[in-house]
Amino acid sequence: MVPIEYYFVLSALLFFIGVFGFVTRRNLIAMLISIELVLNAVDLNFAAFNRMLFPGELEGFFMTLFSIGVSAAESAVAIAIIINVYRNFHSDQVNSIENMKF
Amino acid sequence: MGGRCIMANLIMFIILAVVILGSAVMCVTTTRIMRAATFMLFVLFGVAGLYFLLDYTYLGAAQISVYAGGVTMIYVFAIQLVGKRTLQGLVERVKTSRAVCGALVALVSFAVVALVLLKNEFVSKACCSADGGEVPMEVIGQSLLGSEKYQYVLPFEFISVFLLACIIGGIVVSRKEEEK
Repeated sequence: MVPIEYYFVLSALLFFIGVFGFVTRRNLIAMLISIELVLNAVDLNFAAFNRMLFPGELEGFFMTLFSIGVSAAESAVAIAIIINVYRNFHSDQVNSIENMKF
Repeated sequence: MGGRCIMANLIMFIILAVVILGSAVMCVTTTRIMRAATFMLFVLFGVAGLYFLLDYTYLGAAQISVYAGGVTMIYVFAIQLVGKRTLQGLVERVKTSRAVCGALVALVSFAVVALVLLKNEFVSKACCSADGGEVPMEVIGQSLLGSEKYQYVLPFEFISVFLLACIIGGIVVSRKEEEK
């Protein structure tokens, strides 16, 4: 098996690439894509921990499975909100949303 | 035999890691939003490959079908819906100062996290790296739908209600309001 430290380093790198994208980009969909990268890094860590440290148990496995489901639902709702924002403000930059109600 | 197997695993891991990291960097730095979505698809495939490498075949299949099949489709549809002028040919302007700031924050945090993960002794103490083999489908099904200890029927039901709530929420949010 691959040593667990490699998985740590890979998922930490993926996580902070996602954080970098989230801080840098100002486009709503690009920020959402960065969040997906972060979520994937965390899922990967759960699965690697479960396989390497507790191979007889299944907690990390199911955490990853439920996390995949939750993030699919989350991205669907977020896309709905973004489409609505675009319809109201005719822009998809974060800076354009200055008041939520008008 | 064992040594060769470990070597093959390591080579597969390195290939997947290069694919994932390269695509992730391209994904956050490319200025075109459609390319960012495409590179995200490659990242998702790479993570699914890592699940296969960990012998979690079911997780890899779920990752491909839910993420690569579902979520990426949602993104592509959203990009197409949000508008021709704004997104498809969009060249986003990123301020250099903000990019430098973000890179600095990400690097410092990565250094801290990597130090904590690599320097602590808990993991190497606990690690036995036993080769568990593939999790059989029967075990997954039993623990997903059982109500004993370490079985997960309650979160399973919660997530189905949650998905229903998200469907309704998505419809309510993105519905067109009728003119009065």
